[in-house]
Amino acid sequence: MQASNLRVVDEDREATGLFVAAPAGREHPQPTGLARTEDVLRAAPRPPSAALPPPPSPPYFRLLAWARQHLPGYVLAACSLIGLVLAWHLATKYKLDFYIRFTNIPTPGEVMDKVAQVSQSKRFGTHVVLSLRRIFLGFALAGVLGIGLGLLIGRYKLMRSLFFPALEALRPIPAIAWVPISIMLWPDNEVSIVFITFIGAFFPILLNTVSGVQAVDGVLLRAGRCLGAKESALMWHVILPGAAPQIFTGLAVGMGVAWVSLIAAEMISGQFGIGYYTWEAYSLITYSEIVLGMITIGLLGLLCSGLIRLVGKAAMPWLAFSTQGGER
Amino acid sequence: MSDAPKAGRGHIAIRDLTVRYTQHGSSIDAVSNVSLDVQPGEFVSIIGPSGCGKSTLLNIVAGFLKPSDGKVLLDGAPIKGPGADRGVVFQQYSLFPWMSVRKNVEFGLKMQGVSANARTSAARTLLGLAGLLAFENHYPDQLSGGMKQRVGIVRALATSPQVMLMDEPFGALDSQTRVVMQEILTNMWQQLRLSVMFITHDIEEAVFLSDRVYVMTARPGRIKAEIPIPLPRPRTPDMTSSPTFLALVRQLKSLIREESLAAMGGELGARGLEGFDRSLAGEGMQAVL
Ligand SMILES: Nc1ncnc2c1ncn2[C@@H]1O[C@H](COP(=O)(O)OP(=O)(O)OP(=O)(O)O)[C@@H](O)[C@H]1O
Ligand SMILES: [Mg+2]
Repeated sequence: MQASNLRVVDEDREATGLFVAAPAGREHPQPTGLARTEDVLRAAPRPPSAALPPPPSPPYFRLLAWARQHLPGYVLAACSLIGLVLAWHLATKYKLDFYIRFTNIPTPGEVMDKVAQVSQSKRFGTHVVLSLRRIFLGFALAGVLGIGLGLLIGRYKLMRSLFFPALEALRPIPAIAWVPISIMLWPDNEVSIVFITFIGAFFPILLNTVSGVQAVDGVLLRAGRCLGAKESALMWHVILPGAAPQIFTGLAVGMGVAWVSLIAAEMISGQFGIGYYTWEAYSLITYSEIVLGMITIGLLGLLCSGLIRLVGKAAMPWLAFSTQGGER
Repeated sequence: MSDAPKAGRGHIAIRDLTVRYTQHGSSIDAVSNVSLDVQPGEFVSIIGPSGCGKSTLLNIVAGFLKPSDGKVLLDGAPIKGPGADRGVVFQQYSLFPWMSVRKNVEFGLKMQGVSANARTSAARTLLGLAGLLAFENHYPDQLSGGMKQRVGIVRALATSPQVMLMDEPFGALDSQTRVVMQEILTNMWQQLRLSVMFITHDIEEAVFLSDRVYVMTARPGRIKAEIPIPLPRPRTPDMTSSPTFLALVRQLKSLIREESLAAMGGELGARGLEGFDRSLAGEGMQAVL
């Protein structure tokens, strides 16, 4: 902090001397007696490194600093997870029956055996792949439509009055409530599950995009317009990136709801998929498969939202320096 | 378009301009019957009490607002909307946070369809001259306030506008940085000879930078006075202690003071205060009785 402030002041002072010279990169008619751009550039050689931060400290210190900052967090996280598995193990091993009954619940060991077993067969993998495909299709559709429609609704009053009432009427209906209608609506079971997933993801993405667009700073729009940006360029270069942080919030929430909707749909109407697998295990009284299904669903959900966060970070590198927001 | 000779271009003419804001049915005149000129290559400042319509005036010339009455011409043609022929520097920071410093500067050229290579080299030249080349790949959030505003100026210059419109561009800066920025600006203008319409609260700033200063009245804003600044060019910081400079500042201060008092008068008139006191006294009496 301190160092960068000092650097800034320094920069301002140096710049004065430089700006005395011609600041135009193009051919302005130069009255005699004024410096030409090229001369100025030659006259004021300044290594660009002059204002760069000081060289980093030796690796040992950096490692220590890193450890001091992050290690406590990792240790606590590990304790938390180990504690959970331990509690599960004890409760199931001693068949805890204290209003809630652990009598039929498999132990962690039994579930691990199941993992080894299913990794031999292809059936389990098929379930996972099918669920992922449904998520991908439903979510991609929701992303494209939600962001596209959200940009239009957020930007244009007409679009808002046209689409919003209808969308607001549909919004309170949870995706799961669509299951029966969806089965009747679509010719194919697969399509109807994708549709349910889509419904789940669509509204969070849409609403966040709309509010993201509306929150774009008006001065940036003005700046864009007086730099010559037409409406389409404004949309692409100003409004979309301006709304991007909230769009990604919408995507993350949408991904969560998509999984909820998918699992419910698979349990009710599916023939394949990890939700179906879990429900089938219950019907067939193979208890360790239920828990395996649950854990798999959790991990897949984690994977998907992690992926979104990763894409968000890569797509919005400027946020690393933003002073907005509470948590760093 | 940009090949046309600069001389004789960039003339802003405002004729009998009135701007009326309508809000919930009632309407107020922010600017009333203003006529003024910025000659090609001239540096003109506009000062006036807060709320007198300075930003409104600038937004009209920038093309963000339409006149309710009167005409605004740029080189004889009415202003239709915002465009790259008028560079605007805003009071708030207005760099795109998602673009690097260089991409920000390139933006206007990109909108004109200039090729990526030409854009980059133009932007780097300008940034080099502004002493910001080392920061070309930084994001705006990594810069200090003064640097951001300098990038803002460079960005507005990149499309070679004929006029620059600046709305209190240094208002958010501390006084030292401000002085440095004024020097940068006057040197830059000396080289480019653009027409500049500069809005400020700061009387010293207006005198130091300008060829002419317009003083506006309290709302509805009219032109109260037009003061030529006969200080020689190039301007240097030591001029700020010259007798001419100080006399001009004093003259402008008294003009502004009258208007600021007039602006306050509406809300804090002596009679209003008296009434307030009396009613309080009355209440006090009642409580005692
Ligand atoms: N969008 C608007 N709707 C209604 N009234 C407005 C609007 N914008 C400005 N005004 C009014 O018009 C008057 C002039 O505003 P303007 O922003 O031009 O003042 P200013 O001279 O720039 O003030 P300051 O020096 O404080 O920036 C103010 O009294 C303000 O209340
Ligand atoms: Mg203003």
